[in-house]
Amino acid sequence: MSDEAGVSEDDLKHPTKEMTVSEDVMIEMNGVHKWYGSFHVLKDINLTVNKGERIVVCGPSGSGKSTLIRCINRLEEHQQGQIIVVEQELTNDLKKIEEVRREVGMVFQHFNLFPHLTVLQNLVLAPIWVRNIGKDEAEETAMKFLERVRIPEQANKFPGQLSGGQQQRVAIARSLCMNPKVMLFDEPTSALDPEMIKEVLDTMVQLAEEGMTMICVTHEMGFAKTVANRVIFMDGGEIIEENEPHEFFDNPQHDRTKLFLSQILAH
Amino acid sequence: MAEQTQSYAPGTHPDMPPPSSEVGVYGWARHNLFSSPVNAFLTFFAAYLVYLAIPPILDWVFFDGIWSGDTRAACFNEDDTRKGGGCWPFIFVWFKQIMYGRYPDEELWRINITYWIFGGGILWLLLPQTPFKKWVALFLLIPFPVICFYLFVGGSFGLVAVDTPLWGGLFLTLVIAVTGIVASLPIGIILALGRRSNMPVVRAVCVAFIELWRGVPLITVLFMASVMFPLFMPEGVNFDKLLRALIGVGLFSAAYMAEVVRGGLQAIPKGQFEGAEALGLNFPKMMFFIVMPQALKLVIPGIVNTFIGLFKDTTLVLIIGLFDFLGMAQLSTTNPDWLGFAVEGFVFCAAVFWVFCFSMSQYSQHLERKLHTGH
Repeated sequence: MSDEAGVSEDDLKHPTKEMTVSEDVMIEMNGVHKWYGSFHVLKDINLTVNKGERIVVCGPSGSGKSTLIRCINRLEEHQQGQIIVVEQELTNDLKKIEEVRREVGMVFQHFNLFPHLTVLQNLVLAPIWVRNIGKDEAEETAMKFLERVRIPEQANKFPGQLSGGQQQRVAIARSLCMNPKVMLFDEPTSALDPEMIKEVLDTMVQLAEEGMTMICVTHEMGFAKTVANRVIFMDGGEIIEENEPHEFFDNPQHDRTKLFLSQILAH
Repeated sequence: MAEQTQSYAPGTHPDMPPPSSEVGVYGWARHNLFSSPVNAFLTFFAAYLVYLAIPPILDWVFFDGIWSGDTRAACFNEDDTRKGGGCWPFIFVWFKQIMYGRYPDEELWRINITYWIFGGGILWLLLPQTPFKKWVALFLLIPFPVICFYLFVGGSFGLVAVDTPLWGGLFLTLVIAVTGIVASLPIGIILALGRRSNMPVVRAVCVAFIELWRGVPLITVLFMASVMFPLFMPEGVNFDKLLRALIGVGLFSAAYMAEVVRGGLQAIPKGQFEGAEALGLNFPKMMFFIVMPQALKLVIPGIVNTFIGLFKDTTLVLIIGLFDFLGMAQLSTTNPDWLGFAVEGFVFCAAVFWVFCFSMSQYSQHLERKLHTGH
């Protein structure tokens, strides 16, 4: 397992030790377990993500990959272990959770745009009311990001008037307006028609090239090969294999990884 | 089947108007009234029912009705039989009582001012291009009720005090209904949020409140407020009867409103909450900007339905001795001089109630059209 982190493997074996994480480490997960009732959905997750890294998480459905990234911005709670995001440990402390959510942007499979607000209003809501940025400055930033995702002319339309690909790009722009340090993507293209997948993936590739730290749950293996530093395979709540893309796709080590790859790469 | 079907090369077919049997009045009638034999029969049957019902009503109200005169005699023939048709002098003579109750005549201007301000404010809000709508709405919600209170009650600013037992008629109905409506929505929202809360104590209290107030009829609430409540108060402490009724009606209505709002909250997809949380919005901001606007818009039919029901439920205050619109009309029919005109009284009441309730219903549909953002 290659590990480009600034944290030694020794530290990872002692999760209860108070860790002094360097500024370079964006996300640290140590011995994380999660249960839904009595169902053990995340089993002993250990993961480090450094600044600028692009991680792709893949696996069969029900493997816990969405749950994993949702734990990072506390949309799900973990019951055991430690999660440290941008130097804040995630506990029940509401202040820390809000601090983390300001720095971590998330893009959802079903976009989750606010249908009663225009595209521009969707983008400026959080900067104005969470970061207390002035309305003019927020709108300027919003238009800049809308141009980045190549749909500035849609600013005054409502989400319901846009295509799926456009909505997802608005969702990406909305997260970027908060200037996050990490971007989480939860199957961003799974709900899109094939013609629209490319435009969203292009946006994500551009984001990666600009140095954004990204964790992406996706089935788009082409994207993984192009952009990822590491590919993580999960099954049954555990991280089965973790490797850089070429090794991962050409030399899968575990049987389950081999089975999964044979299924998704066959067609 | 007489149209020429000319063929065109692909991509050159011009836009043509639809055939004449499909458009205009004829087309509409064909599709909506006579589209099948059953529908055609129903159309004729409905027309027949209208013919049976509407002309006699119009006759009684307008054509045979007596519209002039100011004494009972105007409605009777020389041989002491009733003239056919509705006796509207009854309403004219009793108009002031039915509208204002026993509010002193010299002070009626205070009520009329508030009617004008309220009506003007509502008109301002309804007209499409008027500016400062938010300020007008804010004015109607906060300073205006305070102004109304001082105007109606009097006793300060040089105004004569008018005790609440003298309030009555449509004025009293509006006071109770508007207070109930304005109080029930915010309290209902808070109760709905509380019922969905994760904190067990908050949830238990809200559930208990809602189930208690929903479980008893409004009439018992009013009865309790009016008769039982003073028994629990120490000697000499006197709560105004109208105030007790207002509190009872407000809380009762809030319990119903809570469930309507909760239905709306349940319909908001979890993704909206998650999208808001992922952006860093805390609970109040998420509710105010994202969830509540969508939830309340969804349940406008339910909310206005509850308001309309509340408006009509105010007639129950008769049992605690407050004479609202219906109560005053009924009281007028028991006057010895004017016995036997109960029908006119109730028809008038029904008509006025219908106007108010239909206006609320139309406004709700206007709101739904205006807020329709295509999703």
